[in-house]
Amino acid sequence: MIKARRRAPLPALWLTALLTLASPGAAAADPLKVGFVYVTPVSEAGWTHQHELGRQAMAAALGDRVETRYIEDVPEGGESERVIRQLAADGYGLIFTTSFGYMNPTVKVARRFPQVIFEHASGYKRDHNLGTYLARFYEGRYLAGIVAGKMTRSNVLGYVAAFPIPEVLRGINAYTLGMRSVNPGAQLKVIWTSSWLDPGREREAAQVLITQGADVLTHHTDSTAVVQVAEEKGVYAVGYHSDMSSYGPRAQLTAVIHHWGALYTQLTREVLEGSWHSRDIWGGIKEGMISLAPLNPAVPQEVARLVAAQEAAIKAGELHPFQGPLRNQDGVVMVAADRAMSDEELLQMQWYVEGVQGRLPR
Amino acid sequence: MSDALITIVAATLAAGTPLIYAALGELISEKSGMLNLGVEGMMLVGAVCGFAVAADSGSLWLGVLASLLAGAGMALIFGVLTLAFQANQVASGLALTIFGVGLSAYLGLAYAGVVLPGMQPLQLPLLAAIPLLGPLLLALDPMIYLSLLLCAGVACLLRSSRLGLLLRGIGEAPESAHALGHPVIRIRYLAVLFGGAMAGLGGGYLALAYTPLWVESMTAGRGWIALALVVFATWRPLRVMLGAYLFGAITIAQFHAQALGVALPSQLLATLPYLATILVLVLISRNSNTIRRNAPAALGKTFHPSR
Repeated sequence: MIKARRRAPLPALWLTALLTLASPGAAAADPLKVGFVYVTPVSEAGWTHQHELGRQAMAAALGDRVETRYIEDVPEGGESERVIRQLAADGYGLIFTTSFGYMNPTVKVARRFPQVIFEHASGYKRDHNLGTYLARFYEGRYLAGIVAGKMTRSNVLGYVAAFPIPEVLRGINAYTLGMRSVNPGAQLKVIWTSSWLDPGREREAAQVLITQGADVLTHHTDSTAVVQVAEEKGVYAVGYHSDMSSYGPRAQLTAVIHHWGALYTQLTREVLEGSWHSRDIWGGIKEGMISLAPLNPAVPQEVARLVAAQEAAIKAGELHPFQGPLRNQDGVVMVAADRAMSDEELLQMQWYVEGVQGRLPR
Repeated sequence: MSDALITIVAATLAAGTPLIYAALGELISEKSGMLNLGVEGMMLVGAVCGFAVAADSGSLWLGVLASLLAGAGMALIFGVLTLAFQANQVASGLALTIFGVGLSAYLGLAYAGVVLPGMQPLQLPLLAAIPLLGPLLLALDPMIYLSLLLCAGVACLLRSSRLGLLLRGIGEAPESAHALGHPVIRIRYLAVLFGGAMAGLGGGYLALAYTPLWVESMTAGRGWIALALVVFATWRPLRVMLGAYLFGAITIAQFHAQALGVALPSQLLATLPYLATILVLVLISRNSNTIRRNAPAALGKTFHPSR
């Protein structure tokens, strides 16, 4: 009978194992590896494009202290968990997951890799090594709504949106509130495409809105199709995520632009210096995370001045887009006159304000 | 015809056109017994190649030609795998889709932000003279007309021509056709190439006329819809056309319903095109004899000429 000989564990193997358990940033010579997971392709405009600009800014600011990498077009669900886990296993010390649908996969991988730091955009689940961040897009939407409300002739505005999650609803409601603050008779029509990125569908939806009388379009989807349709059909548009004036030079009134560079640089620096802790970050115009693209020359001076004044008021904390009294579509007062909506209420938003046509999909 | 109605009908026809191209091509391919599941991949590669050539050359029609050739090229891969190497058709088709999605994304990197003037509607004075439909016909671009011609052509080919009969025979009983001396493998290659060319045209239509831009995975599942359409229409070209336009019509209609404020959840409305198309096609094709007559008996089965 042959007895199998037990092999003694190799000392080198144990040493390597010990070294890999060292906390991130401890090895001063090695750059911190920072990974980014994107839900759609980077392309030239859109949600992911802005995150990519942020990554580039961070890499430029921190030079050879970091080594960054991104993986794009990762579908939400099981595939994303595999990608995030692979980055963590490959020695990445800080991983940014840039889509709401990555929430549960990120939570799972964060539990498995307690030494790696994760930052999840637009989520609400945190852990000791997992933080969340988002920008107050609704502030930019409110200002854009003012411009749109002033520039519409038909008093019908159109909104092409992807999914009825609170973030999208905040945008719709803030836009409507801005619109009604200067044009109380205007109405907003919303079409849901059920896809973050489907240019064909976005185009169809935009055309339908124009057929139904909308002369200013905007969107919460990832392609430039809506702005392009507006340009072709001779109506106005408000771009989102990125400045889309190259796709609609005459049509684009303005755009609500996302800026992630400063935040990414700050967070990465914290990880490098060991001062990072898990929290929820929600910055807006004041922190430089949201800005408006230059206004279309067709916008009158007085409107430009009004927008600038309101922007300054938001920056100074004097104006909150969701200041009460706020009524929902049925006229019920959802927020009393003496207060503004709290962050918790904003994160749970599942209703339309007055001025939005149509029922909210459940 | 009122302006709004014209816009709606034109949008319906345009929405159904990529499906018609892809489904007609797949129909011919399946009629010859070749189940090519790679339609989505072929459409995407056709789209990106068409867009790239149109952007670089400045000519939309050169782009259309390029998308046709690119789709045929992808189909050739499938043909070689299944006809020369006797690989499993289902697996090869699926692999072709995955390959096509990745290849198109890679080829399209340089064209992500490019803006092209899309295909303009065909403005022939002859069309405007037609009494009732004149204004509508002025709103349709040439590729819509081409798709209608191709649909009629495919229907005639299958029903009334020798080649059509041969094609159907090869799809039913390739061994018998081979015993009679017909070039089974060659005809199957041609059918597969036609299927690829049409899928490429469908993709090219999306990228050059429908939404003149290139975005990764821009077909958004239309290839799979076309595949299903062929089956639900029981391999009959005119029913494929009906199904494609019905799908397009309900898609546009559900957007109108949403914008008008209809109190149905948008997720439910989004499923309506699929549900309605399946329902209608299943109802009109429920005669089991019709199904048996039109479904190619040798679909998906590998043919060994030596046996």
